[in-house]
Amino acid sequence: MLEVNGLTKIYGKLTAVSGVSFRADHGETIGLLGPNGAGKTTTVSIIAGLLTPDSGEVLIEGKQVQSDTDPVKRKIGLVPQDMALYDQLTARDNLTFFAALYSLARAKAQRAIDDALSLVALSDRAGDKVGTFSGGMKRRLNLAAALLHDPQILLLDEPTVGVDPQSRNAIFDNLETLKKRGKTLIYTTHYMEEAERLCDRIVIIDHGKVIANDTLQGLHRLLPVTNIIAVELDHADGFKPERMLTLVEVKSAALEQDTLRVGVHDLSRGAPVVLRWLAENGHSYHHVSSEQPDLETVFLTLTGRSLRDSK
Amino acid sequence: MIPFIALVRKDLRLFFNDRKAVIVGLLVPIVLASFFGYLFGGRGGNAETSKVPVLVIDQDGSDISRGLIAQLAGDKNLDVKPSTLDAARAAVRKGKATAAIVIPKDFGRDAGHAFFTSASKPELGLLYDPSHNVELGMVKGILSGAVMQTVSKEMFTGRAGREMVDESLARVDSDSQLPAEDRKVLRDLLGGVKELNERQDERREREGASGESQLSGGLTMPYETREEAITSGRDVEYNGYAHSFGGMAVQFILFMGLDVGIALLMLRETGLWQRLRAAPLSRTMLLGSRTVSASLMAGFILLVLFSFARIVFGVRILGSFAGFVLVCAAFSLMTAAFGLMIAAIGGTVEATRGYSIMATLIMVMLGGAWVPTFVFPEWLRKLTVVVPTRWAMDGLDGMTWRGLGFSSALAPIGVLLGFTLLFGVIAVMRFRWGTE
Repeated sequence: MLEVNGLTKIYGKLTAVSGVSFRADHGETIGLLGPNGAGKTTTVSIIAGLLTPDSGEVLIEGKQVQSDTDPVKRKIGLVPQDMALYDQLTARDNLTFFAALYSLARAKAQRAIDDALSLVALSDRAGDKVGTFSGGMKRRLNLAAALLHDPQILLLDEPTVGVDPQSRNAIFDNLETLKKRGKTLIYTTHYMEEAERLCDRIVIIDHGKVIANDTLQGLHRLLPVTNIIAVELDHADGFKPERMLTLVEVKSAALEQDTLRVGVHDLSRGAPVVLRWLAENGHSYHHVSSEQPDLETVFLTLTGRSLRDSK
Repeated sequence: MIPFIALVRKDLRLFFNDRKAVIVGLLVPIVLASFFGYLFGGRGGNAETSKVPVLVIDQDGSDISRGLIAQLAGDKNLDVKPSTLDAARAAVRKGKATAAIVIPKDFGRDAGHAFFTSASKPELGLLYDPSHNVELGMVKGILSGAVMQTVSKEMFTGRAGREMVDESLARVDSDSQLPAEDRKVLRDLLGGVKELNERQDERREREGASGESQLSGGLTMPYETREEAITSGRDVEYNGYAHSFGGMAVQFILFMGLDVGIALLMLRETGLWQRLRAAPLSRTMLLGSRTVSASLMAGFILLVLFSFARIVFGVRILGSFAGFVLVCAAFSLMTAAFGLMIAAIGGTVEATRGYSIMATLIMVMLGGAWVPTFVFPEWLRKLTVVVPTRWAMDGLDGMTWRGLGFSSALAPIGVLLGFTLLFGVIAVMRFRWGTE
């Protein structure tokens, strides 16, 4: 469906994107994950035809976009990071305008507008000016505007930026519906939980380069540990977690306040060993749980830096 | 065609959506044009102009100085008031008087001597406000005429003149070095003047106090002017509002074009531009639709302004209507292209706004939209042919109050379309299409 091969874009001395490659099949959701300035938006802009790459190519069903008016562009729907709506017009007028940009005939456009408004649950506000909408409503309408020409590929550039959790969930529901309809979604975000919830595959980008491209499970396999045992100690004073590294099953150990986090490969073998060691060494505890490392940990492992703090 | 119409329609909807801005955008040029139209002749070109305030300091107190003051006060263009030297100097300095005329002591006597002989000429002091050079020229002209008339009148018929003739006759008789032939000629001349005065006295006695002698007015201008404003036809009066409404329309439409350019510049930084560029639309369509919508907005402004001028001030299109429409259309297109060029070559919005406002104001000023170009120096007048607004003004003036035919509209239309092409080419070549 979509092939991105070796995209490179350079601005003066800054290499925004360097050899980015990935592919997305029908109905697949690809997450482009990376910190701000990693090159996600540049990649999406090149795919949407807004930017010309210095090298590399974008193939949509095997075809490159040849010109501004290339019909191949109709297969793409773009949801820009910035709100792309006219506040002075009503929701319906906005959608009517965007439908006209794709030369949709009146009746077809009206059907598409009704469907899109229904999907994002804004049918009852269709006649209201967008300027009166909340941030979350605008985000949903921003998504609806990209659906009118029924594109096969949706490029979503951080579509939940600045919205409240409720609106974010509503947008996730919309995207899951679109996914069920067989749309291919390319979703850029720097929120781990969004990528984890929505994406079939995750492409991690940092400093313009792809540093990982795999399923969530595949990315987890890159980690030295696959499970973490969290133990809340009764008395953590003087506890030295590095002593636990002598145990074969233990791959990592860290103490945060009273909580000891021990990384193991195999939970069924590692947990008894850890708990027995604590008992033998006189460390009592009142709560034990297991955690799976998240993408934050993956990013940290791959780059040595925290995702949210990356620059 | 659907996207093109949608793009134009959207621009127009956004323009008319802000009704307050539209009303203010029309009201301001109407108010300014009405004001300037009134100042520059008004309807029929007979609007009353304010008199030039002039102060007179009479240090002489002679018949001649009093006559001169009366002569000046009688001029319809001057508002003459007596003053002292210090008060006059202060008034001119504060801008309360345009000029002050100082008539020095013995001016009457010395002017009389200088009138017939080569005696040194007395000086009339003239204090003036340097910001009123145009009025100063007028005051000097009126003053010259008034001095000539007053002094000559006094010399030929006044008491001082008779005394001077008698005195001169005596001097001629007593001058032993004067050649006999010259003495005879001078005696005949002065004797003739004396005889003329005596005859006038006799006539005055016969006709009573009201009798007017032929020379009682002194020397006057040997001609009178018959003024005829050349407009579109006989009995068609000049309507100053035609020019002022044209000028203000040109100015505010240019500002509208500037707004279009700035808006496009700002649009390029938004998600809307990304969405437009992601759609299968050609660059020609994106810029072309802007050109058409901006031209329609400009046409709307012209329509409203000239409709108002027609209804309220009776401004008529006395020349070719087709020429007027085409000049308006060409200027509207030029404005739209100007806006696109601003968007194409502009850097940051703030800097571009500053530069383009300056460029617009210069174009408006040099185009003659504020003040007629005849007040410009010759070199500047020649320079204005490279300014599109000059051609727009020429075209609008020609088709309205000058009443010129269609052929006279061709040059302005051609030049304006030429500028449209130039600005359009620059816009297309320099436009940054990427979102970077």
